[in-house]
Amino acid sequence: MLSDRVGFPHKVFGLLSKQPKQNTWFQRFPSLGAGGGNDIQWCFSQVKGAVDDDVAEADIISTVEFNHSGELLATGDKGGRVVIFQQEQENKTQSHSRGEYNVYSTFQSHEPEFDYLKSLEIEEKINKIRWLPQKNAAQFLLSTNDKTIKLWKISERDKRPEGYNLKEEDGRYRDPTTVTTLRVPVFRPMDLMVEASPRRIFANAHTYHINSISINSDYETYLSADDLRINLWHLEITDRSFNIVDIKPANMEELTEVITAAEFHPNSCSTFVYSSSKGTIRLCDMRASALCDRHSKLFEEPEDPSNRSFFSEIISSISDVKFSHSGRYMMTRDYLSVKIWDLNMENRPVETYQVHEYLRSKLCSLYENDCIFDKFECCWNGSDSIVMTGSYNNFFRMFDRNTKRDITLEASRENNKPRTVLKPRKVCASGKRKKDEISVDSLDFNKKILHTAWHPKENIIAVATTNNLYIFQDKMN
Amino acid sequence: SAQEAPRAAEMEDKVLSPEKAEEAKLKARYPHLGQKPGGSDFLRKRLQKGQKYFDSGDYNMAKAKMKNKQLPTAAPDKTEVTGDHIPTPQDLPQRKPSLVASKLAG
Repeated sequence: MLSDRVGFPHKVFGLLSKQPKQNTWFQRFPSLGAGGGNDIQWCFSQVKGAVDDDVAEADIISTVEFNHSGELLATGDKGGRVVIFQQEQENKTQSHSRGEYNVYSTFQSHEPEFDYLKSLEIEEKINKIRWLPQKNAAQFLLSTNDKTIKLWKISERDKRPEGYNLKEEDGRYRDPTTVTTLRVPVFRPMDLMVEASPRRIFANAHTYHINSISINSDYETYLSADDLRINLWHLEITDRSFNIVDIKPANMEELTEVITAAEFHPNSCSTFVYSSSKGTIRLCDMRASALCDRHSKLFEEPEDPSNRSFFSEIISSISDVKFSHSGRYMMTRDYLSVKIWDLNMENRPVETYQVHEYLRSKLCSLYENDCIFDKFECCWNGSDSIVMTGSYNNFFRMFDRNTKRDITLEASRENNKPRTVLKPRKVCASGKRKKDEISVDSLDFNKKILHTAWHPKENIIAVATTNNLYIFQDKMN
Repeated sequence: SAQEAPRAAEMEDKVLSPEKAEEAKLKARYPHLGQKPGGSDFLRKRLQKGQKYFDSGDYNMAKAKMKNKQLPTAAPDKTEVTGDHIPTPQDLPQRKPSLVASKLAG
């Protein structure tokens, strides 16, 4: 059974029973925090968004992504808007904190549309944002809704031409008869203006809803995946795309699984993976054939058929797949766990981490309130040693692959004193609830953390609650 | 018969896994639920996500109703060029600003 592999929680309870009563949290959870010098102590840094509880649907955050240097942090929301934050240059005198993230640019990426053929609305919600690596002064990103992908150029303007002969400074034309001398217009500095413009629009290639986009390591092509098909695009070409995976059955009655996520390998430009609603991951090699319907590798964990229930398939559906930075491993997120797979081993994951196993005995209610279909994402830290994912009650979890320690933290405005270390949270599955623990029945299932991102180089994380963006950093000094 | 189902399951398997117990609960509440669990009905519903309208007129009416409810908060564009001369592309603002800006940028 999957839970056999993770022995840690049981050991924690053993330690707790031997400890004398203490006040401080790191003495109650001795394996966390007070241990080795390698344990990260997370502190609140910033929170963005409105404080009020009445959340407008448009403000629901739908994606969060750092760029390749970590200097920029982009968010997309249900209203089709993108907000980009930029990290301030580090203040050399202030050694105890890293630069803050402030608004750099914001624009309306997608608008709602109407599909006339199907009489269906096309939501403007931004499903994914992916940054291109920086090639020149401008920044580029891809943003997508259910049907259309757009390439945005974000550029800075800090100079403007002044001293035209035929125009006044405000743009009005001068009467030519009043011009007696000529001058050469010059560029003068101006207040920094950040402009976003759509450079390419990749439309009309998806019948079903786009769930993923992924830029190839060749930096020239990218893939977009919907429920049944994956297409390959060239960043310069918008009127053509190649279909590389098609799992649509001839007879839709025979449909048994859909594509849930897809990603290109970080180093190998002909390799990509896609995950399914049945809990499998297929690795494909574009050199093998033009249409990659036949996988090169199939990653699937065998299941004990006697344990199968109505919920088995639903909770095994993979909601996110992410390659490690090294390219050797990939991580998948299903409803209750995070699994790390070695690309060289198809028959089972090498590591499994339980995110919120206590929900297994609540599956009936979670099915009734639709929470069982929530799509949680997951992410790696820069060195691939820690993985992070979200949960309910605005909790998020981190698993250290080396120490096998895990921690549960909360994104809440109550903890917002900068440089104060966040207190770990604990959920009490059953029985007597200890002080400071929260019982499963008290969890707020409307407060879900679906999207998290980790800075590519530093211990800075961005965690999105429903409509707020939290930024946490490790304690310095 | 809704009460018999969970009892029968218990008799077969004294120690019911939490997942199976939850399944029994669900089947008790919805006895006609999916012959094929997680099967094509459920997948097809997923493929069809999105609000269906009768036609584009219906859609545009619905959007108009929504716009009336939302109060636009954007200030009038101060650098609007009007009247004096025929504007050139350089005179016009680059992009239409959002009617309602994201609160993350506030």
